[in-house]
Amino acid sequence: MEDLMVGINLLAILYISWFVDWALKQKKSKAWLFSGLVLIMLAVLITLPYYGPTYSYIMLTGILMYLILTVSWSIFSGPTGYISLAPAAFFGVGIYTSAILGKEFPVLIVVLFGGLLSVALAAFVGAITLRLRGIYFIVFTFGLVLLIISVLLWYEIKFTGTRGRFIVAAENDMIYYIMLGIMVLLFITGYLIKRSKYGLALQTIGQNEEAAAHMGINVNAVKIAVFAITSIFMGMAGAIMAMRWTYLDPYSAFDVFRSFLPVLMAIFGGMKRFYGPVLGAVILAFLEEKLLTEFPYYYKLSFGIVLILVIIYLPDGLVGLVEKFTRRIQGVKRAGA
Amino acid sequence: MRVLEGEKVTKYFGGLAAVSEVDFYVEQGEILGLIGPNGAGKTTLFNLISAALVPKPGTIKFKGVNITGFKPYKICRMGVARTFQTAKIFANLSVFENVKVGSFFGTGTSVSAAESARVAQEQLEFVGLAGVSRVPARDLTLSHQKRLEVARALATQPELLLLDEMMAGLNQTEVAESMELIKRIRAKGITIVMIEHVMKAIMNVCDRIIVLHHGKKIAEGTPTEIVNSPTVIEVYLGEKSDAGS
Repeated sequence: MEDLMVGINLLAILYISWFVDWALKQKKSKAWLFSGLVLIMLAVLITLPYYGPTYSYIMLTGILMYLILTVSWSIFSGPTGYISLAPAAFFGVGIYTSAILGKEFPVLIVVLFGGLLSVALAAFVGAITLRLRGIYFIVFTFGLVLLIISVLLWYEIKFTGTRGRFIVAAENDMIYYIMLGIMVLLFITGYLIKRSKYGLALQTIGQNEEAAAHMGINVNAVKIAVFAITSIFMGMAGAIMAMRWTYLDPYSAFDVFRSFLPVLMAIFGGMKRFYGPVLGAVILAFLEEKLLTEFPYYYKLSFGIVLILVIIYLPDGLVGLVEKFTRRIQGVKRAGA
Repeated sequence: MRVLEGEKVTKYFGGLAAVSEVDFYVEQGEILGLIGPNGAGKTTLFNLISAALVPKPGTIKFKGVNITGFKPYKICRMGVARTFQTAKIFANLSVFENVKVGSFFGTGTSVSAAESARVAQEQLEFVGLAGVSRVPARDLTLSHQKRLEVARALATQPELLLLDEMMAGLNQTEVAESMELIKRIRAKGITIVMIEHVMKAIMNVCDRIIVLHHGKKIAEGTPTEIVNSPTVIEVYLGEKSDAGS
């Protein structure tokens, strides 16, 4: 029963992301044509706490967390090819914002603050590292996560005397709604970035950064700005998710798997289209929720196998598979006509 | 009027002077050729002018403004556009989008999407690539990729265009077409500096030539002066006494 509810809501999310993708391809903005259906899908998602069992929206919150990490990661790293392993850092900054400010401030303020602190960190890190290309950038962003863990551990033990922190909990439906709100904001931001001239600039940076600079693109400014803007969603997601977990220490707040999984999910889904990372995140996060409870020892193993198979057989991810399939159907139609 | 002026432009790579104290100027509306054997520092000089590298020491002035140390995007927006020795196209974007990047970002003023598309279309027609505008740029032949680079550079509305070996690897017909294209660009009032190894092209289209050798300027003059210069002949063909032995 819960699975059915979750499945319906995941399809609603997929529809919305497909719609964003479709709207991106339209020459003139005719987005209102389909917006009726998008509103219905949003209504399905918003009303879930009223008709679904508690577990269904708790599960959906967990899936949304991965979705937000994956989509915000892919908006920057997809077109530019700068593989950032910093999502765990931005997510963790959100968690610690929650731990420190959660007692005194209302939830929305805490979430917003978590996002803004992530932006500040991303802008700083971006300014010093985005001139590094390829493997250097990857290693640096990964090192950032480890560095923050060490500094935090040192700070906590030296000044507070305890390793972890308690976080003021929030209601499950509240967490779900805020997560959903972050997703909607993320989709709108993604649409606006891809639609704007900066979407084009990001692609040129990925394909030939030197030529892009000589064509009048301020490549450093574009890279830093988009890297920072997309990190706000990771920080906000961390801040709200922390309120479900209630107790955290530096290791669990800056879990490096939250840096790897978005990359894996985006590759699995395929980054050529907007709905690709959404598809990858939805499927893998759903599987994780299921496998984690039923086969706790095998799920990470199966993730590894899936990744290897996808890289070998589906270089464009599930998007590539979907496009191949639709082309074949269209081909058959044309042949029949 | 001098569009571009360089004074004692120097660039060291480690201990090697790739470009050494080169003084140069470019007059408005002329076509200046830059020649020299491989490794003479021609492309390095282009990189210095377009700000991919910063001269040290030395100054470069564009229309009287000292542009030394500016960032490449700024140089482009001021009106200096370039092409690359090995075509640096945006391979996965369509031909049209490649050119649109130039008109969207490179002009220095804020341009609407519709306006940049119009300029891109115009430049594609100018270089003769309008027929393949929807094709991904990676599918073009080498000669078309080089034309695409020219269209992309022209879309930034430059006053000065730097062409780096536009004709390398092209066949006779394509070279002739390129020469004709360069003349048409000049007719638009755009000043051109070109690096080229195809001597026929250099002699045919250039008003003036600068010869570089081991990073130093060894000769400067009209094409006729250059072909008759003993220093240039020596650099390219060796000394007379060598030839006999």
